[in-house]
Amino acid sequence: MSTNEFYSLKVNGVDHHVSDAWIGESLLYVLRERLGLPGSKGACEQGECGSCTVFIDGAAVCSCLVMAASAVESEIATVEGLNADGTLTDVQEAFVTEGAVQCGFCTPGLVMAVHHLLDENDSPSELEVKEALSGNICRCTGYGRIFAAVDKVVAVRRGALS
Amino acid sequence: MPVLIAHTISEATEILAENPDATILNGGTDLMVEVNFNHRHPSSVLLLRNVPQLREWSIDSSQQTITIGAGVPYAAMETGAIAAAVPALAQAARTVGSPQIRAAGTMGGNLGTCSPAGDTLPVLSALEATIHLSSQDGERTVPFGEFMVGPKKNSRLQHEIITAVTLPVTGNRQGYSKVGVRNAMVISVASACFAIVDDTPRLAMGSVGPTILRAVKAEKFLAEATKDLDNISDEIAREFGEIASTEARPIDDHRSTAQYRAHAIKVLASRLAVRGTAS
Ligand SMILES: Cc1cc2nc3c(=O)[nH]c(=O)nc-3n(C[C@H](O)[C@H](O)[C@H](O)COP(=O)(O)OP(=O)(O)OC[C@H]3O[C@@H](n4cnc5c(N)ncnc54)[C@H](O)[C@@H]3O)c2cc1C
Ligand code: FES
Ligand code: FES
Repeated sequence: MSTNEFYSLKVNGVDHHVSDAWIGESLLYVLRERLGLPGSKGACEQGECGSCTVFIDGAAVCSCLVMAASAVESEIATVEGLNADGTLTDVQEAFVTEGAVQCGFCTPGLVMAVHHLLDENDSPSELEVKEALSGNICRCTGYGRIFAAVDKVVAVRRGALS
Repeated sequence: MPVLIAHTISEATEILAENPDATILNGGTDLMVEVNFNHRHPSSVLLLRNVPQLREWSIDSSQQTITIGAGVPYAAMETGAIAAAVPALAQAARTVGSPQIRAAGTMGGNLGTCSPAGDTLPVLSALEATIHLSSQDGERTVPFGEFMVGPKKNSRLQHEIITAVTLPVTGNRQGYSKVGVRNAMVISVASACFAIVDDTPRLAMGSVGPTILRAVKAEKFLAEATKDLDNISDEIAREFGEIASTEARPIDDHRSTAQYRAHAIKVLASRLAVRGTAS
């Protein structure tokens, strides 16, 4: 086992230095425990729940399955970086107004997954929404309010609602 | 730095020759689960994710083949030109895990792990794919049937990396289906790929044996039962499924029972024989 590793990660456009890490540490662990970015949540650490979803070079992936030290050449974006000034994005706003948040544990991952979906597809069908969010597990809401939040963002972005 | 990042295939094979104990990392969707749960403690890691060559694919129209780099993520196989050339592969790719898993996971990793439940593997078996391996000693190709040699066992040598897979573009019907407890995020309980290649039916079965199994008796039955493979009667399809299920060698485990798996193969095989998408 190797220890005393030093490397840098670019997260939300900022370089962060990591030291004294073991190479097997996941990006999720490093974000939360070493870089003070606890927005990404860890529930399963095996890729099943999606609560740790981040963007690596634009792809939405589970940060628990990314070896942190392997991401040194990548652009990492986390929920903290969505709106750098700390205000809510339209997706976060819709989660609040539509009641898509109960305990909130799944929310950061879902917000990332919804942003990713709507960046690629501005008018997804019901099936496309369900498929796009199938990697994010929510134990509380029953998903109805989450789908309502997605619909709301789609409508607002189309200018149908304000 | 014990995470060794390669940017070309030759750099990767050189790193592996110098660090024979390095663990190969691609999408990480298999490896990191093992690391997170302390089943594996790599001392050094060779990262392939940043090798652009491994993320390329190309169609050879004179040979009627497609070669897909080992680092192409599933997400890139689900739609577009790869899906049009090998629809069964696209169908298999779409069943893998979730969008997050498909954005990271690769066929190279599926082959590296070589689980009998690996979703691309029945497709590679039915289409008799060729696996490309590279090392400091040069390149070699291995037919899929000789690549997977047991559950989670393959014939890759320690100092080789899997670089690509070549598949025929058949221009004929093919399809992949799997049975699991739900639609998303499920490891198959039984799976099958049906394809017509050179006017011959082929059926490969996953999760029902130590390796991917070819249903050779069922294939032979179907080839003899009809000359019109585009219009297989329900009766012939049923018998095809029944024969295939006798060729499965399933076991009872935490995911299902042998009996259910054999039944699932019967249903999958007979359905695929009449469905399937033309490539
Ligand atoms: C939540 C979840 C759901 C999943 N669902 C499915 C599913 O439905 N179907 C399915 O088939 N799989 C599933 N998997 C397993 C996994 O996603 C696949 O096996 C995937 O193809 C692995 O690819 P990877 O690039 O992530 O591999 P990695 O984890 O990077 O590597 C896997 C193994 O292959 C070796 N390896 C990787 N690339 C190469 C190479 N180029 N040359 C030599 N060796 C190599 C590695 O050393 C390692 O041993 C799931 C995994 C998770 C976490
Ligand atoms: S913690 Fe990463 S998917 Fe659950
Ligand atoms: S709100 Fe509690 S898990 Fe989704």
